[in-house]
Amino acid sequence: MENRDLVIIGGGPAGLAAGYGAYKAGVKDILLIERDNTLGGILNQCIHNGFGLHRFKEELTGPEYASRYEEMVKETNIEVRSNTMAIDLSDDKVITVVSSKRGLEQIKAKAVILAMGCRERSRGAISTPGARVSGIFTAGAAQKYCNIDGYLVGKRIVILGSGDIGLIMARRMTLEGAKVLADVELCPYSNGLNRNIAQCLNDFNIPLYLSYTVTDIIADEDNKRVKQVVISKVDEKKKVIPGTEIAFDCDTLLLSVGLIPENELSKKAGIELDSRTKGPLVYDNLETDKEGIFACGNVLQVHDLVDNVSMEGERAGKNAAEYLSKGERNASLIKTIPGSGIGYVCPQYIRKDSLKDDVDIFFRVRVPSSNVRLVLEKNGKEFFSIPKIKVVPSEMESIRIKKEMLPDASEITLSLKENK
Amino acid sequence: MHFDVTIIGAGITGSAIAFELSKYQLKVAVLEKENDVSMKTTKANSGIIHAGYDPKPGSLMARLNVEGSQLTHDLYPLLNFHYKQIGSLVIGSTEEEHQVINDLFERGLKNGVKDLHILKTSAEVHQYDHNLASNIDYALYAPTAGIISPWELCLALAYTATINGVDFILNCEVKDITKNDKGFLISTSKGNYESTYVINCAGTHADDIYKLVLKDRKNDSFTILPCKGEYYLLDKDQGSLMNHVIFQTPTKLGKGVLVSPTVHGNLIVGPNADYEDATKDDTCTLQTSLDFVKASSLKSSANLFFGANIRNFSGIRATLKDQDDFLIEESKIVPHFINFAGIKSPGLSCGPAFGKEAIRLLEKAGLNFVEKKEFHYYRLPTFFSNMTLEEKKQAIISNPLYGQVICRCETVTEAEIINAINAPIGATTIDGIKRRTNAGMGRCQGGFCGPKVFQLLMDELKLNYDQVYQDRDGSEVVVCKTKGEK
Repeated sequence: MENRDLVIIGGGPAGLAAGYGAYKAGVKDILLIERDNTLGGILNQCIHNGFGLHRFKEELTGPEYASRYEEMVKETNIEVRSNTMAIDLSDDKVITVVSSKRGLEQIKAKAVILAMGCRERSRGAISTPGARVSGIFTAGAAQKYCNIDGYLVGKRIVILGSGDIGLIMARRMTLEGAKVLADVELCPYSNGLNRNIAQCLNDFNIPLYLSYTVTDIIADEDNKRVKQVVISKVDEKKKVIPGTEIAFDCDTLLLSVGLIPENELSKKAGIELDSRTKGPLVYDNLETDKEGIFACGNVLQVHDLVDNVSMEGERAGKNAAEYLSKGERNASLIKTIPGSGIGYVCPQYIRKDSLKDDVDIFFRVRVPSSNVRLVLEKNGKEFFSIPKIKVVPSEMESIRIKKEMLPDASEITLSLKENK
Repeated sequence: MHFDVTIIGAGITGSAIAFELSKYQLKVAVLEKENDVSMKTTKANSGIIHAGYDPKPGSLMARLNVEGSQLTHDLYPLLNFHYKQIGSLVIGSTEEEHQVINDLFERGLKNGVKDLHILKTSAEVHQYDHNLASNIDYALYAPTAGIISPWELCLALAYTATINGVDFILNCEVKDITKNDKGFLISTSKGNYESTYVINCAGTHADDIYKLVLKDRKNDSFTILPCKGEYYLLDKDQGSLMNHVIFQTPTKLGKGVLVSPTVHGNLIVGPNADYEDATKDDTCTLQTSLDFVKASSLKSSANLFFGANIRNFSGIRATLKDQDDFLIEESKIVPHFINFAGIKSPGLSCGPAFGKEAIRLLEKAGLNFVEKKEFHYYRLPTFFSNMTLEEKKQAIISNPLYGQVICRCETVTEAEIINAINAPIGATTIDGIKRRTNAGMGRCQGGFCGPKVFQLLMDELKLNYDQVYQDRDGSEVVVCKTKGEK
């Protein structure tokens, strides 16, 4: 069996950054496994700009952003194995991989970084009724057909969901000559970044139907392709209001209804997952409950900015390096708990005694709110808070807690409160 | 072209008959309207091999169910379709339901179902399946019931028939059938065929096919009433919720909604029985039906988690008007024309027994059977994901494309997809690949592998982009090239 110090599973933005971070922190023996033939992951099909403003202080396209990191990794001694799929991971860090070139191999790692990314929720996940015919795609699949393979999946399009990929595809399909008739969002607010609403819908006069959902898909006479998509208004409990139907004559329905971290390997290793993030439960150093296995990027929590993915990846790399040199950190635990108004928090545990730096807690709010305070409490007593003018669920937020501020407590709760 | 026997329809019934006939020195054709076998009811049902306690004793259903489930069990090692004999429970909690379960037990004994017994306490029932609702205190246990991949069984039978000389003619819609002195003249969208015998296995369209040959003699016709059933398919992390096929106690209103693991490790929940909204070919799903299935199934187990749903689908049952049994017989008016009509549940469980029954009917109708000297079973390839580590290793050594994973959810490799395209009845569509390999069957529902499978179909079959279909002929995936592409 091949022995490695650090194996990174996934060569998208998180994995590349993790490799780079670990190398910079002194790890000499790093293997990066990528299932595709190229590095960069989903960035390769994100040909629009807007990437890198934080990380590189300039505006890059997805492929440009990916190539920056590829170049950085190329200058290291990190070994990259592409066209290689990890099909199993054990809790003692044995990774089973397959590739055409090298066959089936098992690799024993001293540390592992999970960076498998996420997948899109599909029609089944939201149980959309109606015809089961061609012309129904996730936005990401349509993006792959369009930007990588050079095909348009349809000419008259309705988009369900206002996630960022859906918004980006509304513009992309329009630029390619398709007619995007509507973007339909179940929530009373958009689930994409504000700049994408402005640049991808408003600039092209594409109407956004808030508090609407798709209630029927009608097939053509031969039962082959989408002919019509019917949407209906929903009430505040997201229940369909009869009589509010609007029908669009179209050939395609694109779905942009959320992303789910892809944790099949994590489950095989027995790693405990968070039911809220759908990613592993991690400590402040991004280590999962299985010693020496770290997670970063969209496999851990779904991000909205790749810049944050990279920073999290580099952090995971650095922490894995520290683990490799120092071993397990035993410390008393503080559990972080999402309180009222907070969808999730990550990391879910802080090992206080061994904490060297301040700790950033990432989270998303449940609903858009303005003029609020982020409040940290222990035993119902507030010990830290910061005001926020505006928070929205579509943007990941973070709050930094200074090490010395952490209380002696087994749990702390983060809540959203009105700013009086 | 002249055939001894022409079968109309390549679902489980037609394929099973073709399989059985291919053992004899006969010229046999199967005419199928769609672009693949297993395209209608066969691909969209619960995937259950029933033990056989349900049909009325003495009925065709009872006899063929018991015979068919045993034959399926025997064919499994030869054909290598996914099949597991996990047993079934009919569950009940009220006095009335206990009585129905006792009646089913008696029926089962009369039908010759082996090893049935009744679980008489809540503790015993929950020992079999601990996630059942707490009020369930009585159940009929049938250990011979099983779960199966219906399309794989159909494919294995059709492949075997093909390599033993049967002609499967796809995209071939039967337009007219005329009886003359030599036999039948069948005109189709692909031209004319002659045949001495015709077997009608046209599923929901069996009545339409029969009417073609009856011409104005309508008094012998029958009517198929389509009945739609809708399903949820939950992700694999839910597959272990149940150990057995869980049936609710049948009532006058219907058979109830079942919950069962599938052979691929998912959990299937459904179906309802909707006559009102059903048409013969429309497999759309309705919100009201999905809501009904969800609400009904929760009576079996409160632990069902529909947040893990990955797909809804519906299938159309071919139900006979005025008859609760299959209609399987040689036409009383048109000799040598044999109907297999009203093949609804437990049709899949009868599968291979339909082949045996066809032989009996053809013999009675005067066809002479001479066994072939050689007959070969077509063993379906084992999925890469089902192989042991050592088998995987060897597979990649023998064909490096086994090392190239295309569908990440189901770990389907390029080699398997190429094999599916080059099978005896090769896949020509994205869904055809799905049925043969499981690519696109998983939790992302083809979001990642769809474009790759699309490309492989174009490359292997030398197709243009507008000739690659999702499913039925004409169901285009992409509609044009982007501006930059020539």
